[in-house]
Amino acid sequence: MPKLSIDGTEIEVVEGTTVLRACEQAGVEIPRFCFHERLSIAGNCRMCLVEQVGVPKPLASCAMPVTDGMQILTRSERVQAAREGVMEFLLVNHPLDCPICDQGGECDLQDQALYYGRVRSRYREAKRAVTDKDFGPLVKTVMTRCIHCTRCVRFMDEVAGVPELGTMGRGEDMEIVAALDGCLHSELSGNIVDLCPVGALTSKPYAFAARPWELSHTESVDVLDAAGSAIRIDSRDGRVLRVLPRVNEEINEEWIGDRARYAVDGLVVRRLDRPWLRADGAFRPVTWETALAAVATALQAAAPERTAALTGDLAGLEGMTALADLMRARGVDSVDCRQDGGAFGPGEPASWRFNASIAGIDRADAVLLIGTNPRREAPVINARFRKRWRAAGIPIARVGPVTDLTYPVTELGAEPVVLAELAQGSHPFAEVLGQARYPLIVVGSGALARPDGAVVLGLARQLADTVGAAGAAWNGFSVLQRSAARAGGLELGIVPADGGLDASGMQAAAREGRLDFLYLLGADEIDPEAFRDTFTVYQGHHADRGARHADVLLPGAAYTEQEATYVNTEGRPQQARPAHPPPGNARPDWKIFVALARELGSPLSYESLDGLRSRIEAAVPHLADIDQLPPPPPPPLAPFGDPDGALDAAPFEEIVPDYYRTCPISRASATMAACARAVADA
Amino acid sequence: MTEPVRDADRVFHNLDGSGDGSLAGARQRGDWDDTRALILRGRDAIQGTVREAGLRGRGGAGFSTGLKWSFMPKEPAPERPHYLIVNADESEPGTCKDREILLHEPHKLIEGTLLAGVGVSAHTAYIYVRGEFEAERRCLEAALADCYAAGLLGRDACGSGYDFDVHVHRGAGAYICGEETGLIESLEGKKGFPRLKPPFPANAGLWGFPTTVNNVETIAVVPTILRRGAPWFGGIGRPQNTGTKLFCLSGHVERPGTVEAEMGIPLRELIEHHAGGVRGGWDNLLAVIPGGSSTKVLPAAACEDLRMDFDGLREAGSALGTAGVIVMDRSTDIVAAIARLSHFYWHESCGQCTPCREGTGWVSRIMDRFVAGAAAPSDLDTLESICGQIEGHTICALGDAAAWPVQGLLTHFRDELEQRVAGGRRHLAA
Repeated sequence: MPKLSIDGTEIEVVEGTTVLRACEQAGVEIPRFCFHERLSIAGNCRMCLVEQVGVPKPLASCAMPVTDGMQILTRSERVQAAREGVMEFLLVNHPLDCPICDQGGECDLQDQALYYGRVRSRYREAKRAVTDKDFGPLVKTVMTRCIHCTRCVRFMDEVAGVPELGTMGRGEDMEIVAALDGCLHSELSGNIVDLCPVGALTSKPYAFAARPWELSHTESVDVLDAAGSAIRIDSRDGRVLRVLPRVNEEINEEWIGDRARYAVDGLVVRRLDRPWLRADGAFRPVTWETALAAVATALQAAAPERTAALTGDLAGLEGMTALADLMRARGVDSVDCRQDGGAFGPGEPASWRFNASIAGIDRADAVLLIGTNPRREAPVINARFRKRWRAAGIPIARVGPVTDLTYPVTELGAEPVVLAELAQGSHPFAEVLGQARYPLIVVGSGALARPDGAVVLGLARQLADTVGAAGAAWNGFSVLQRSAARAGGLELGIVPADGGLDASGMQAAAREGRLDFLYLLGADEIDPEAFRDTFTVYQGHHADRGARHADVLLPGAAYTEQEATYVNTEGRPQQARPAHPPPGNARPDWKIFVALARELGSPLSYESLDGLRSRIEAAVPHLADIDQLPPPPPPPLAPFGDPDGALDAAPFEEIVPDYYRTCPISRASATMAACARAVADA
Repeated sequence: MTEPVRDADRVFHNLDGSGDGSLAGARQRGDWDDTRALILRGRDAIQGTVREAGLRGRGGAGFSTGLKWSFMPKEPAPERPHYLIVNADESEPGTCKDREILLHEPHKLIEGTLLAGVGVSAHTAYIYVRGEFEAERRCLEAALADCYAAGLLGRDACGSGYDFDVHVHRGAGAYICGEETGLIESLEGKKGFPRLKPPFPANAGLWGFPTTVNNVETIAVVPTILRRGAPWFGGIGRPQNTGTKLFCLSGHVERPGTVEAEMGIPLRELIEHHAGGVRGGWDNLLAVIPGGSSTKVLPAAACEDLRMDFDGLREAGSALGTAGVIVMDRSTDIVAAIARLSHFYWHESCGQCTPCREGTGWVSRIMDRFVAGAAAPSDLDTLESICGQIEGHTICALGDAAAWPVQGLLTHFRDELEQRVAGGRRHLAA
């Protein structure tokens, strides 16, 4: 391991470490603009120059590997002069428009100019002006501010895998340009706003909305897909103004999808902010007392076998638990968390989890995707596949419809019969998986929501045995859920008891007049037409699809407004935290059930959040291990699914046709609608 | 006055194109004479001879060619082929030597490419020709076709058992693509942005494989060195500054042109003997840019006993560069001349790294103010400090190249600049 001295302090670093990293390890801060840990090294900003004793020219520390015996100076006069010089050059053509720049207050250029710049400018010439570019509805450009660090270009090339940005022109006339005007065809495009060290790329929907020092920050998790990305919610005056990623190496590294970032403007429109009761075909606002009394009366009038409850895709563990407890206390067996009818469990948790873990993708050396488009279902997970492919060029194949995943995929066809061939080991790719040390089999939730879902699950499970993917040290059988609530619901066992109805059973019973009472907890991804004549209570934050034929609307809280626990596709419980209280008379979901139970005269065993969480922990202990992966089931992996059943001939289909609109929040978002339009127009 | 280069020591006998440039003509001049034997000497012997001869790169930096070749891995791994790239992107203002070789002595270059290829264990070479060199490209490609037809290149080149292919690639008119890593990027089909070093091309060059990039003239003298031996070449000129060299004489001389002369030839002799002297006589000389536009200008006083080689010019505070000698007589507006060069570097900056992208334009604008006599007193200091902020702070040497001419001007012609300050010298004194 090479040893070097940094400002006189000896330090030993790992071979191949750059001088900049070594300085960081020594606790010495090196200013930089173009360098970013997760992007390739460009070395173009020259802000990180340091002096090596005995070397005439200063070094770009971001790119220079450490050699033994180096003596690095970071505070010498030469270094100071170099930084001042670079800073001055960066500013000569940078507009002094900080007062009207959205980056103000969180601008690397502003901060570093303060620490490393000269007090005043010597530049007397005319400044450069650059035409703004159209990067679509999400990214606002003020290209005159660009300092040409090319972080955005490198992100799109390397991480997003959508090389639509580049540089045109040379010298002073160099500009960042998009291949096409109108939009960036990446689900991760918003990350370039975070990467831009200046105000050239800012968030278009957030333009001129707030200054960073006015915002309250709430650390939370994203629930608009099942990855469970770490986010920071920035809010002011009871309104979410923006969502930014937080670093979580295990899940999203430091990226989030555009829906997670930009759908939040949907949180303030089409909201249920008070209870509503349908009378004579029309809704009228009522008090909580009236609404709960109406629900209690209807529930008490319905026989348990003619009563059902369905939980939706954004429901937290607390709400689902309270609803299930309330229903089970009344002897109701028809409770389900699988709106799409996915053939998961109950029983074996490995059958619904991404067992390999998201970070485990970094180890995978052969991947099979079954009926899934991770790019649309979980873009940060797709970025992880791409990262792995870039690092190791691993073989990736797919059974399912052909789409561009941003990395090369061997398309095996969309017909499920291919899966049967793979499971039997008669398909050539089974051999590729079999030879891999860490084979990864990713089953999409859509592939399991087909009528033959149990067969698909069984065959995928069988394939794991065929290729040795389900060992004690490595379990590569992984389900990619698409909704944030599903894995949690399954962990809690929110599935019908024996004789109970599942989601499609509820629809059938309702159509045949065998269902008298239905409780929808934010269940919007199921066709409510069947429930037209059933007394339906819809509890949720948006009056979305599920509210269409409801008789009572109860205003719940969105994920940014309540304490709720979500289990991501790995089975990892994480906590969402409220950035502000729910609007109007809306209430956290679990509190509504506590109140309803009281109204029914049979209170739940808990009346506080702590009590409810203790109840969850008692039922499923690992759900209290916040942020931790669940313990893997003891090997060998149990069989599940129905590998011997009959497969449908119908090919696997795309389950997320529109990435931008998948849930009540994103459907209410004007920004997401603009994105969908832009993509359609392009 | 010392003797000019003896005919017997001349490497390029058809530099002026008066002879037969074809393969047959080249053979008469000794090219392709038993090249097989030279190839069979093998890599180490070729490297050794070139190193002993003291050949230094003719593209500008003057790095030891043999040493550069020795940086290539000893034995090429089968999955990591070696490449040789010949840099024929001659764009340095004041320089026109490589084009003469391409036009009139292409076989020296092609044979040299083959032998240098053996010297670095490459089986593929690319000759990257400046986009504007259309006639030169045609000459080169015709000569290449002749060589392939004669079995001198391709499989079993010259019957030596060594396979060797040469491809010609045309640039698209960017000065920066003459920088070796910018050239590699361009050859890979990308924008000609110079790369960060390390890694150096010898480790990770074209397509990430070990690559050597040499100038046309460097490569073209290799066959003669191998034939006549290191002592011959090393015996010409001074130690560390050996051999003959092509000098491009332009500007205010009676007979501009490219000539071959011994390294270390006094500048005065070079101008008077080979270029018919300074227009209006030696005393009419104002200044000389000795090595292409990026080298620092030297005033007439410094030119009197100037030896034209790497060390001689370094001692004089300039550089040999490409040996493009730009002669300026007393009618020259030296400030305007240097301002034109500043404009050139501004125009040719690739825009990748900050000091060059932002600094070259700034320098050029200030220079324009001096030309117009509208400079502020503070502009002198600003100019000096900006040049210092560019020099040595950039990814490639274009930043240095942009700074040096102005720095030369500031060193030797500060008076001239002071007179261009608005309001004249009095203003400064006040």
